[in-house]
Formats: sequence, structure tokens, C-alpha cells
Amino acid sequence: MRFGIVVNEGPYTRQASDSAYLFAKAALAKGHEIFRVFFYHDGVNNGTRFTVPPQDDRNLQRLWSELAETHKLDLVVCIAAAQRRGILDANEAKRQGKDGDNIAPGFRISGLGQLIEAGIQADRLVVFGD
Amino acid sequence: MSEQANRKKFLYVNRRAPYGTIYALESLEVVLIGAAFEQDVSLAFIDDGVYQLVAGQDTAGVGMKNFSKTYRALGDYEVRKLYVERESLAERGLTVEDLMPITYEDEDDDYAEKPSIHLTDRSEMARLIAEQDVILSF
Repeated sequence: MRFGIVVNEGPYTRQASDSAYLFAKAALAKGHEIFRVFFYHDGVNNGTRFTVPPQDDRNLQRLWSELAETHKLDLVVCIAAAQRRGILDANEAKRQGKDGDNIAPGFRISGLGQLIEAGIQADRLVVFGD
Repeated sequence: MSEQANRKKFLYVNRRAPYGTIYALESLEVVLIGAAFEQDVSLAFIDDGVYQLVAGQDTAGVGMKNFSKTYRALGDYEVRKLYVERESLAERGLTVEDLMPITYEDEDDDYAEKPSIHLTDRSEMARLIAEQDVILSF
């Protein structure tokens, strides 16, 4: 089956990102396809490479980045939600006149159309986070 | 594949009051962008989500952007099916008279202005949800 995944919560405060990650990993292990993972609302905060969780805890951003690299996943951070919350790639940082960017490897910033497209193209769109 | 075959039933479920959290605003942003994809779109308003449609919203005191006018423009985006749960209104002491008049122009009926808001019982709402392909809940 072809899944689309939506992550609506940031890391650590809630389990949503962990659950989405574990779901994605399990689905891939079973031979399913992940069309796209879309990060919305506070979920965009999963896509900053500047998180530094304690060393004895999981690093969710790194887990997502590694999963994306291994399985060529498309991790998309919503641009409108990201701009509100300070998640920028190099292009956006330049365009907005900011002095740095923080997007994590394997993530890309794009529009809400990517969410709708995931809904259209996937057999199931699975949403994580309230 | 024809466009028709790619057309899915999208339901946006709005459950929260308009200004306590960002969900109502960011839901609306998805609806507006999604309109360009020509899917079969419905919006549901349940629980505190019914407050999103209340007329006469004034956000001056909380310093937030009042985006309530956007709901009235939804008809221009071909978003014409707004299902408001009857019980959720009643539980909050509201009636349909407290809501903004939201309409669309029906091009198949000489552009007659028709109401977009449909009062829907809880049991009908369950049926509506069951028949969707994609549900985004905010």
C-alpha cells in the first residue's frame, strides 16, 4: 500500500512524531511505500537540525533524516507553518534577510499543495498528532 | 487516468475555537490551497469548531488577525459544503442565527445565491465522515 503521513506535532512534547516515525519504519519494513511525509502546524519543528536532545535520549530529527536517506523518503515541511515558527532553508533565509538557516538534512520546505497531493496520490493518508 | 478518477472526497474537520489555538487558521490555509486541486471538498464544524463561524467576531482585544471574513469567501473557491453539527451548536447555546451567512453562487441555477451551511445531526455527521477518502482534522 502507498501511504501518506502527516505529522502535526513537534518533537518531544508529544509522542506524535515518534509514532509517525515508528509507523513509517514499520510500513517500509513490510514492503509498503511512503509517498511523502508532510510536517504541518508545530510538526515543522521536527525539521530543524539545531535540536540538541540529551545524549541518552533519541534524536528525532536525526532519526527522520536517516530514515529519509535510507529509503529516499520525501520529507516536506510546510512553508507557511515553517515561516511562522522559524524553520528556514538557505533560500528562504536569503529571501527573508535572515542570518542563518536550520533545515535538517533530508527535509525540504514546500507548500500546502504537497499535502493535498499526498492525500490524492496515497491510498491512505495517516495523520499523527491532535 | 482521467481527472474524474483522481477526484477524491476530502473532509476538513474543524473542532476548535478560532483563536485559542492556530488550528482554525491553518486549517483554512489548507482549504484555500486545496481548492486549486478540484477535489470534492466538504468542511465539518463540530465541538468548539462551530465558534469559527459565529458572526461579529472581534479580535482587537487579543491582538490576533481576524480571519473570519475568509469563511464568507469560500464560495468563490468552490468550497460550498459546510456541515455544522446541530448538537454542537445547541450545547453551546448557539443557533444558526448566530452564524455568519455563508453562500455561494450556483452557476447551474442562473447564479442564484445559495446557503453553504448545512445543519447536520450528529448521526448524519458520522455518516458523512464514513464516506470520505481523506480526512484532515484540525
